[in-house]
Amino acid sequence: MNAPQTISQENTGSMKMLQAMVGIGLICALLIVLTYEGTLPRVRYLKEEALQKAIFQVLPGSNESVTFLIDEAGEIIAQPGKNESVNKVYAGYTAEGRLVGVAIEASGKGYADVIKVLYGYDPAAEKVIGFHVLESKETPGLGDKIEKDKSFQENFKKMDVKLGASGLSKEHPIIAVKSGLKQNSWEVDGITGATISSRAVASILEQSTSEWLPLIRKNMDEFKIKQLDE
Amino acid sequence: MNEESLGYIFISASLINNFVLAYFLGICPFLGVSGKMETATKMGGAVTFVMLISSLCAYGIHWLLVLLDAPYLQLISYIVVIASTVQLVEMFIKKMSPALFRALGIFLPLITTNCAILGLALFQTNKEYDLVQSFVFALGAGTGFTLALMLMAGLREQLDFSDTPKVVRGTVITLLIAGILSLTFMGFSGLGS
Amino acid sequence: MSENADRTTMSTNDFIKGLWKENPVFVQVLGMCPVLAVSNTAENALAMGLATTFVLLMSNVLVSSLRRFIPKQVRIATYILIIATFVTMVDYAIQAISVELHKSLGAFISLIVVNCLILSRAEAFASKNTISRSALDALGMGVGFVFGLVCLGGVREILGNGTIFNISIFPDSFQEWIIMILPAGGFFTLAIWLLVFKTSNLRKA
Repeated sequence: MNAPQTISQENTGSMKMLQAMVGIGLICALLIVLTYEGTLPRVRYLKEEALQKAIFQVLPGSNESVTFLIDEAGEIIAQPGKNESVNKVYAGYTAEGRLVGVAIEASGKGYADVIKVLYGYDPAAEKVIGFHVLESKETPGLGDKIEKDKSFQENFKKMDVKLGASGLSKEHPIIAVKSGLKQNSWEVDGITGATISSRAVASILEQSTSEWLPLIRKNMDEFKIKQLDE
Repeated sequence: MNEESLGYIFISASLINNFVLAYFLGICPFLGVSGKMETATKMGGAVTFVMLISSLCAYGIHWLLVLLDAPYLQLISYIVVIASTVQLVEMFIKKMSPALFRALGIFLPLITTNCAILGLALFQTNKEYDLVQSFVFALGAGTGFTLALMLMAGLREQLDFSDTPKVVRGTVITLLIAGILSLTFMGFSGLGS
Repeated sequence: MSENADRTTMSTNDFIKGLWKENPVFVQVLGMCPVLAVSNTAENALAMGLATTFVLLMSNVLVSSLRRFIPKQVRIATYILIIATFVTMVDYAIQAISVELHKSLGAFISLIVVNCLILSRAEAFASKNTISRSALDALGMGVGFVFGLVCLGGVREILGNGTIFNISIFPDSFQEWIIMILPAGGFFTLAIWLLVFKTSNLRKA
């Protein structure tokens, strides 16, 4: 249609093909590496900032945070070894250096795909004090209310997760109940129309708290000591 | 490391999060070759086959890139490997089974630019699946793709006999049906829990 | 088009044709995956459209300027290489602009690589035409693509969420059509837009 300038290169030698491919490959590699290096500091900064914001949100009153690495045996370690899976928790402190609580990441199956959340745990009061959805693909308009719905968020402002006398398991499991039927602070008041998503959140929290709370109690001193040399 | 069970991965990839109807991956062939049941089945088969192979390749590349600490090369190496895999598969089939080659014909080269394949490779990396999980994921995604394509082809074959208004024929009616299918597939949500 | 056509009309035409007559979304129906997947809000649609336009422009320019050096046999491979490079760059650029936006677009930024629109422009236009004409062609197609995406995203956001670019436009009593932001809504909205285009073209004919 548009006066084409035909290029006839029918019998191009393989040498030339190779040259062209390598040449273009080099240009491409250069461009990619330059962009990556150029944007890396800013990307890192933005990601950290987003995480910080989430931590301060689930630990109201905190404005400083320290990351702790915990290995599979439940011990706090300074440096992750090679081929070792470590979990991260974030301790939040007030400006005066008082421990507000520990922010923990948790994830589990939701209605559509995996839900990833961050919640704040106050070890002194033994309560969950904040909750934030990091990632979810729940049905827009129904299931995604777990992210924004105010009365649902209310569930996690002072949720009782007291450990039993043994210090190894909780007194009450976190369960989801039908909307409006909440009686105890360890129950999650479900969202109408999003029963499965509400239940998923409850079971994610139940699983994660059962696993983490004893570990945090065990390492309580570390969390407090750390704040001194901050 | 991802702890999802193999059964859930398969159901999730084929039904709950169907590549075509929930993620809109592979829409081009979905709209293009869903006219006849026979071609739809073959296309589905070819895509599933390439998915399985490229899923394994992507797993290998990801491992290598982690080793080299070069995440920025991910996309470019995935696409190059997928394109060459398709080429290799094409050459291999041509040599081994000319009959199958004729049957798949033009579909093989088309698969290179099928976003479902690249999407699969990217998703499995994001979800940190291990080798077996990746394989099941690819199998599920391929099955889901074939299922969507065959459902659509079946419906469109029936449509040929009905009196649709002239303006909606072709892409428009296909999209409308796809929308209804997508709604139907939403019913599968929650199967895993 | 006549070969003696005036240069200005020719270049205007290079640009204009992508907007309406050969609109990539509504007429050519190319690159549908991102169109449907990220058009649930106008903002996502706009970001995706701009990212695609950037890749389209850069790859068209590069392909066009290298068109004499690229041997015919390996041209598709080199095009894919070039496109993948620019997509990777855009991916990091978006991350650097806003992590939030990058999260909501997700893997679909990487999937720009397999957007048939870009490869087809490189193959059908940029490999045969001068740099300036290829750039104009890319811009036209890009703007047409953005236009299509925002049309789709706008309708879906207005009806599905009651907002446009996150600004609420309906009174609180408005009941959102949740279906519009679900995947199914994408299919329906695109079908309706295609219908609109088809009818208007039929009228003219």
